[in-house]
Amino acid sequence: MISTLTRTERFLALWISMAVSICGLGLAIAGRDDPLLIHGLLILLFGLVCSYIVMFGYEEKAPGTERLSFYYDEPIKAGVIFAMIWAVFGMFMGVWVAAQLAWPDLAFDAPWSGLGRLRPTHTTGVIFGFGGNALIATSFHVVQRTSRARLPDQLSPWFVLVGYNMYCLIAVSGYLLGITQSKEYAESEWYADIWLVLVWVTYFVLYIRTLARRKEPHIYVANWYFLAFILVVAILHIVNNLAVPVSLGHAKSYTVWPGVQDAMVQWWYGHNAVAFFLTSGFLGMLYYYLPVRAQRPIFSYRLSILSFWGITFFYMWAGSHHLHYTALPDWVQTLGMTFSIMLLVPSWASAGNALLTLNGAWHRVRDDATLRFMMIAAVFYGLSTFEGSFMAIRPVNSLSHYTDWTIGHVHAGALGWVALITFGSFYTLVPVLWKRRQMYSPALIEWHFWLALAGTLIYVFAMWNSGIIQGLMWRTYTEEDTLAYSFVDSLKAMWPYYVARAFGGLLFLIGAIICLYNILMTIRSPDKAESRDDVPHPADLALAGE
Amino acid sequence: MSEFFHRKLERSAIGFVLAIIAAASVGGIVEIAPLFTIDETVEAAPDMRLYTPLELAGRNIYVREGCYACHSQMIRTLRDEVDRYGPYSLAVESKNDHPMLWGSKRTGPDLARVGDKYGDAWHVAHLTYPRDVVPESNMPAYRWLARTELRIDDLSEHLAAQRMVGVPYTDEMVKNARADAYAQANPDTDGVPGVMQRYGDETQVRAFDGVTSQLTEMDALVAYLQILGRLTDAAHKNTAAPETSPQPLD
Repeated sequence: MISTLTRTERFLALWISMAVSICGLGLAIAGRDDPLLIHGLLILLFGLVCSYIVMFGYEEKAPGTERLSFYYDEPIKAGVIFAMIWAVFGMFMGVWVAAQLAWPDLAFDAPWSGLGRLRPTHTTGVIFGFGGNALIATSFHVVQRTSRARLPDQLSPWFVLVGYNMYCLIAVSGYLLGITQSKEYAESEWYADIWLVLVWVTYFVLYIRTLARRKEPHIYVANWYFLAFILVVAILHIVNNLAVPVSLGHAKSYTVWPGVQDAMVQWWYGHNAVAFFLTSGFLGMLYYYLPVRAQRPIFSYRLSILSFWGITFFYMWAGSHHLHYTALPDWVQTLGMTFSIMLLVPSWASAGNALLTLNGAWHRVRDDATLRFMMIAAVFYGLSTFEGSFMAIRPVNSLSHYTDWTIGHVHAGALGWVALITFGSFYTLVPVLWKRRQMYSPALIEWHFWLALAGTLIYVFAMWNSGIIQGLMWRTYTEEDTLAYSFVDSLKAMWPYYVARAFGGLLFLIGAIICLYNILMTIRSPDKAESRDDVPHPADLALAGE
Repeated sequence: MSEFFHRKLERSAIGFVLAIIAAASVGGIVEIAPLFTIDETVEAAPDMRLYTPLELAGRNIYVREGCYACHSQMIRTLRDEVDRYGPYSLAVESKNDHPMLWGSKRTGPDLARVGDKYGDAWHVAHLTYPRDVVPESNMPAYRWLARTELRIDDLSEHLAAQRMVGVPYTDEMVKNARADAYAQANPDTDGVPGVMQRYGDETQVRAFDGVTSQLTEMDALVAYLQILGRLTDAAHKNTAAPETSPQPLD
């Protein structure tokens, strides 16, 4: 990887790595009496490893201007591999946590292996590790191809990718050490949050610079979604994570938001992390890889506009539906419910646009598991957005909230939509990146498809059942007007579903492992296929001259 | 017409960025900003007490172990929840909570009013190995809490940080945080009157984990669990129970 950097970039990379090491050392010294010590040392080590890698390749031959006649795909390759490693890790943690709920003694007599500490390693591992790396990798690919312009430099994409993975590493290791803010999906502490802001600003600038160099007059719809993802996640992250550290030598901080306002800010963040991380970003993926794979143009340009602005505007109002019947004022709850229902329009416009794009390509859906991944993803996107709007209705929410139904809903989206669209995109992307004719084994893609679909269905059906049973048992009264079931009664009724859920998750994990194996074998296969068309617009050369 | 406008918009990256920021900002501003300006958002509760340093340390353990992932602290305004857990939660009850711990999932029961519902010994036994007390429970065991010494040397810094984000701790409270934490779990020591004077006569002072020889994380966590729902009586005054018991439908 260092061989693709220019001399100046190698110099800068070395300085950045050393600066990171020094920051790590500083944190370790300041936090010597605190769990922060371990994170300081981890950051120091990370910086030193990066410095070593840069120094090791420092004297290699620098690339000439001929590099500008090709897209810069090196960081995308690394991003795909990182994403799949995080997928296997995050899903393994998910299966473990699910098994702990059925068999609670499946833990060690050590603080790190308790369910409360493992759970955020699962959520962060899959959302930010797997999802985030997949989004960064595919966005770099899509923005170059749809703009017919190369990434403007070699260093900043690596900074974004490696820096982002350092963030994920700090976050996940922190939860095992008991370092957490307790804000769901934003558990990482202040120093990790500050680092993520630096990474994210670089990501935004890189994206805008690439768009500014585009040779197409219009910005393609996939890039609208990636832009919304980058921008809004930055806003959400900064506002939700405003906090005062106990001291510079403490990992612990206290959020500036009190009680009810904290709840609103948290779920404004939490719901829009779903919207702009897990929806917008992945719709960007869908709008590029689905038409490419189906070899059909997007069905409707107008539907794309409608759904994009609908999602961008409506979603930001919907977070308060997580707080129905709580101490949050009624007017905010009502607004949240109203906008959640309206959200169905742009959501189904997107899902419909995707499915109608497949018209004329259904024979490919039948024969090609890769395209089938994306088709089923669009179906699950439609189903889970309908379910989401439904669950946001207050009386429905009175039953579903606090139960496993929410977990089922989240996984219909996370497994059925986010993960399946990613797998479909990766199976399309990997042969292009490594210049292979096709994936190593189409049969393994079929296996992966059926394992993933079966796993998702088992998981979701188990959680629908357990959630609705739980909700009904909690509110059932006897003829004497007393509560019919104790809490423990409802817990006992969950057991078969918890076992089924762990099994469904296991199938999904096995599918992901097969995917990683298939990708690695594709990279190793000798079957090269050069494409002459997959290059930037020639005019890009003149502009990019140094 | 609108399509023509959009065709122009999508030719400008900066224009598109500004449009996204504009569209995405409205919802958050309209829903969040008024929560700070409308007085009725948070009720008045003059009797509201603050977490003692020991309880705050216990709360931090609750956060650290991720208890909020399975236990809510928010009783909704629904009849069965009020019957099961007690009066519904008021906004004022978490007025000083940074962060709030309302939770989003009940794998275990709600804890908003668990304070004083069980004895200390029950909590210690339950946290040590939940299935000794509730055979069907699927809660993890937290054996190490009773053998881990509580870190109290930095509690003043914690209270100072809490004060910076708006919790009204006094200089006295910040200064004596460490001694107060120790005294609250050691009822026979000299520091006890100071704790009562600073945090109110209703402050619970006792050896929460049953032994006074060492101040452990178990002491802190149990002290926190025992204060849940008991910082103010506001929710009990604003009674959530229906005036007459509802009749079942025929």
